[in-house]
Amino acid sequence: MYDLLWLIPALPFAGFVLLATIGSRFPRSLTAAVGVGSVGAAAILAVLTAGRFVVSPPPDDFFRQTLWTWISLNGFTPEIALYLDPISLVMVLNVSIVGFLIHLYSAEFMADDESYCRFFAYMNLFLGSMLTLVLADNLLLLYLGWEGVGLCSYLLIGFWYKEPVRAKAAVKAFLVTRVGDAAMAFGLFLILANLGTLQIQELTERAVLLWPVGSKLAVAAAGLLLIGALGKSAQIPLHTWLPDAMAGPTPVSALIHAATMVTAGVYLIARMHVLFTLAPMVQYAVAVIGCATLLVAGFSALAQSDIKRVLAYSTISQIGYMFLALGVGAWSAALFHMVTHACFKALLFLACGVIILGLHHEQNMFKMGGLRRQIPFTFYTFLIGAASLAALPLVTAGFYSKDEILWASWSSTLGGPWLWLGGLIGALLTSLYTFRMVFLTFYGKAKSRIDRFPGTAMMIPLAVLALLSLGIGLIQTPGVLGNVAFFSGFLSASLPAMTEGNVSARFENILLVISGVVSVSGIYLAYLFFLKKPGLAQALTNNPLGAVLHRCSFAACGFDRAYHWLFVKSFVRIATWNRHDFTDLVYRGVAGFAQVCSIILGASQTGRVRHYAVGIVIGAVVTIAIMVLS
Amino acid sequence: MTLIGLIVVPFIGGLAAWLAGGGKRSPRWISLAALGVECALVGTLWVRYLTVPHATQWFVDVKLPWIPEVGVGFHLAMDGLSLLMVSLTMILGIAAVISSWNEIQDRVGFFHFILMSALAGVTGVFLALDLVLFYFFWEVMLVPMYLLIGIWGTGRKVYAAIKFFIFTQAGGLLMLMAILGLYFVHGWSTGTYTFDYVELMGTRLGAPVTMLLMLGFFAAFAVKLPMFPLHVWAPDTYVAAPTAGSVILAGVLSKTAGYGLLRFVLPLFPDAVALFAPIAMFLAVVGIIYGAVLAFAQTDVKRLVAYSSVSHLGFVLLGIFALNGYSLPGSVVEMLAHGFSIAALFILVGLLQERIGTRETDRMGGLWASAPKMGAMALIFVLATLGLPGLGNFVGEFLVLAGAFRTNVWLTLFAAGGLILAVIYALWLMLRTFFGENRGQLKPADLSAREMALLGVMAAVLLWLGLFPQPVINATQPAVDFITGRIHGNQEPAGERKAILHSSDQLTGLFVPADLLRANPSPVTERSWDSRNGISHEEGGPTSAPRFPALQSGVYR
Repeated sequence: MYDLLWLIPALPFAGFVLLATIGSRFPRSLTAAVGVGSVGAAAILAVLTAGRFVVSPPPDDFFRQTLWTWISLNGFTPEIALYLDPISLVMVLNVSIVGFLIHLYSAEFMADDESYCRFFAYMNLFLGSMLTLVLADNLLLLYLGWEGVGLCSYLLIGFWYKEPVRAKAAVKAFLVTRVGDAAMAFGLFLILANLGTLQIQELTERAVLLWPVGSKLAVAAAGLLLIGALGKSAQIPLHTWLPDAMAGPTPVSALIHAATMVTAGVYLIARMHVLFTLAPMVQYAVAVIGCATLLVAGFSALAQSDIKRVLAYSTISQIGYMFLALGVGAWSAALFHMVTHACFKALLFLACGVIILGLHHEQNMFKMGGLRRQIPFTFYTFLIGAASLAALPLVTAGFYSKDEILWASWSSTLGGPWLWLGGLIGALLTSLYTFRMVFLTFYGKAKSRIDRFPGTAMMIPLAVLALLSLGIGLIQTPGVLGNVAFFSGFLSASLPAMTEGNVSARFENILLVISGVVSVSGIYLAYLFFLKKPGLAQALTNNPLGAVLHRCSFAACGFDRAYHWLFVKSFVRIATWNRHDFTDLVYRGVAGFAQVCSIILGASQTGRVRHYAVGIVIGAVVTIAIMVLS
Repeated sequence: MTLIGLIVVPFIGGLAAWLAGGGKRSPRWISLAALGVECALVGTLWVRYLTVPHATQWFVDVKLPWIPEVGVGFHLAMDGLSLLMVSLTMILGIAAVISSWNEIQDRVGFFHFILMSALAGVTGVFLALDLVLFYFFWEVMLVPMYLLIGIWGTGRKVYAAIKFFIFTQAGGLLMLMAILGLYFVHGWSTGTYTFDYVELMGTRLGAPVTMLLMLGFFAAFAVKLPMFPLHVWAPDTYVAAPTAGSVILAGVLSKTAGYGLLRFVLPLFPDAVALFAPIAMFLAVVGIIYGAVLAFAQTDVKRLVAYSSVSHLGFVLLGIFALNGYSLPGSVVEMLAHGFSIAALFILVGLLQERIGTRETDRMGGLWASAPKMGAMALIFVLATLGLPGLGNFVGEFLVLAGAFRTNVWLTLFAAGGLILAVIYALWLMLRTFFGENRGQLKPADLSAREMALLGVMAAVLLWLGLFPQPVINATQPAVDFITGRIHGNQEPAGERKAILHSSDQLTGLFVPADLLRANPSPVTERSWDSRNGISHEEGGPTSAPRFPALQSGVYR
């Protein structure tokens, strides 16, 4: 079973190659079969492998498969090799299953698109790259997958390339993440130069032995990797690409937000947790950035009118929770939230896609309303997703994962009340903006009519994801609610448990109740403001302070504008100013000088003997004078 | 004999193409046939290289007397490095012939004679081990290129041709002076007057003289590469040249410069090179950034590609002067990958211009709709240009930067910034041409089967270089070991430099238990970056590898 591991990333790649080379001659059904089937086969293999892993784990809880040696130079031998351990297994399951459901959904969603084949080719490449990323045994191969998902996000965000806005959003996504990637590459150089390897297990072992806790090299290495993670996972200050990434088709958004791409940064930090433990300063920065991001993004989601933008900011915010968990050393809690988030965020996007398709690409929530009667199935699934995102207590998966993070942010020796409070306020914001979205879209007066209804290929993924969004939380529950620790127990082979400070179990229960209350009250506030008394929200935005806050939230705290002024404009100005290459002026100056000399000397050739005689005399006098005087 | 054949076959093929004159098709087929023979020759050499074990670096060595009175010999030899370069020349030669199939309609026979002579000259440059012979071939490749641009160019072709000629000729003359200087200095100190590479290797020269001689060689190669700030001829020339000219200029001729640095400058003048390296690295990094920024500002596609080439060749230069066992093979991989990617981009620009009659990006946009195959091909090569892992350029750039990091951390940081700038101009290029709004309402025809095949092969080569670069790295190894050995052996280095330049076994067995390191504090512990922690985890011990030398002493060592 394990020997077939290579097929998991290879199948989507094969699908890509097939579709990219001869796919244009395929009928649509075959294109869909190849595109969806390759990922489906990979998902089945992943499930089988996982079953085998749980029943009879390989020795030492990991399996390594070398395909070939990529480079071999002076003892640096990065291989094209796969590494399967509990972390990568969780990632593989997450990516392939959610990815498969999204592919299945897309088969119907994109049915009318003229570039059906190109779409599935890109999607398969995306999945293949992401699976390579999570299965990579060394950082160089991981970097290949890392750049691969960046490329695919570029291709898919700009899928409808004819519209300049979309094409530009694609470039922005690639460019902003590339800033992080360059830092990460620099981190790889540093690790390679100092530890002599990029193989993950080897380098962590060496790092522990060679780098004391808090040493500058460890801090530099972890810091550079962190910048890479910030870019891919859309955390402050490199988060600005994600809201614009909405320009892609909706299944692409689902893929980027749920299964691939943004989870890569979380995975990287979890995978390199040893390095981050060696650099407590950087690890603390992870927590602080996560906390800041979840607040800023949650706040930004409040005033958006585009439904996909709300979801985008909510993704940034939820990834912020994962970073918070990573920062306080709650590694498995971060991955747990990633799994639940993948389910409910994919669900939300796919349900949202039904609306957008039904309304002819209308994304403005203020033009929707009352949709729950028109598409009840979609409404209920969306509601489940929203409840899970808002962490509705007890029944949703999001509750269990978010609560674990909140608990960890206080109880961990690396955390504290402030981080917890930040997370709690974020939770309030989350349920507020989530249910604002629900109420604006599905309740109230119907403002538009859906004229295209989802078929089976779109409904099945919604149903499956809805079930997962409710049920998957039960694999890891807090002490008072059953104390299931299947997930963290499974991961314990490769991720250490969090070190808890001196906090009692009773205190945990109090915090649990508080977070539950906060979640519900956020929903109530949304109900109050956006359904019961819409005038209230209006009054709030009319108040001068409220207006400023509203504008700030709508502009997502002005990051985009600031970057535009700071970087884009100045770069373009410098580049345009020097368009004609000023170094050329130097050489043109030399050429001009020669030309001037030629004209002057040419003028002396007059053809008159007396001019020449004078010249000879002057020359002779000067020469003699020099000889005499010197 | 095979080596002589490698040089003679293209020349004779070109001559035959010229004499065949008349029709427009026959010169093309004759040239292709000649290059086919060349292919077969290179193929036999590859077989020989891979199967026959060879004791020395040179697996084929031809040495005939030429003018023995003054020590000039006809010495050709081939090692893995020159084999790679000759293979590149051959493939891009074929690409040049195919890409000018429709473009060149005027004096077709003479065109092919000129093109094939240039290829013969380049091949000679890659094989010559006698300095006079090397200089001869160096000039042989210059004159045909001058004519190629001047006759079949477009736009300001005469201006460009003269600019190209003056720049390269000035560099070439400096090299000639350096060759003669080396000849006499060597003769005075040893009594044997010779131009032979192998014999010259034995000399140790006084420092000031070597620095001057080294700079003479360096000037020629820096112009040809081109290195900032000597790059100004390149964009003008690439733009004015016909497609085949741009392909050969950017794809192959710039590689003669990299090759010359590796083959001659580094091993002949190891001491001077070690002194000069920081300056060369600095200029390389400036070139990387400067070229990338200028590329972004261009509205002429061909000019944009030309400046991107300046930026990439900065990586080659950086790798060469980082002088270690990572960066040198990295440079070679980068040279090959750049050769293919830049040639393919110039071909695509040529095809595009042929179809829509313009190179101005302001009039393009949204071309993917009518030419998806062309767009996909452009995308692949643009991605190679921006260093996407999985394609050859990434392997080159990664190794170059990983090597440069060991020599100079801060310069590497700026060079890594080039990775970001590359994304800007590369994706901007795609955005302005194939994506976005179709501003000029242009609808170019898609690629034909012949063009698809040509570009497909080049893409496949890049993919192969990106995923299986090991054969290439192995082929460079003897030359790289020789260079690092020269530089390492010709000076008594401080422990730090010694460790940098020692190419092999640098890191094998680096991993030693920490307690061992604690027990044997190395003499350079106090220089270690993190010395306050009291263990020499970066340097010293039995397996010292240098760590962050530059962080303590500013930009340069």
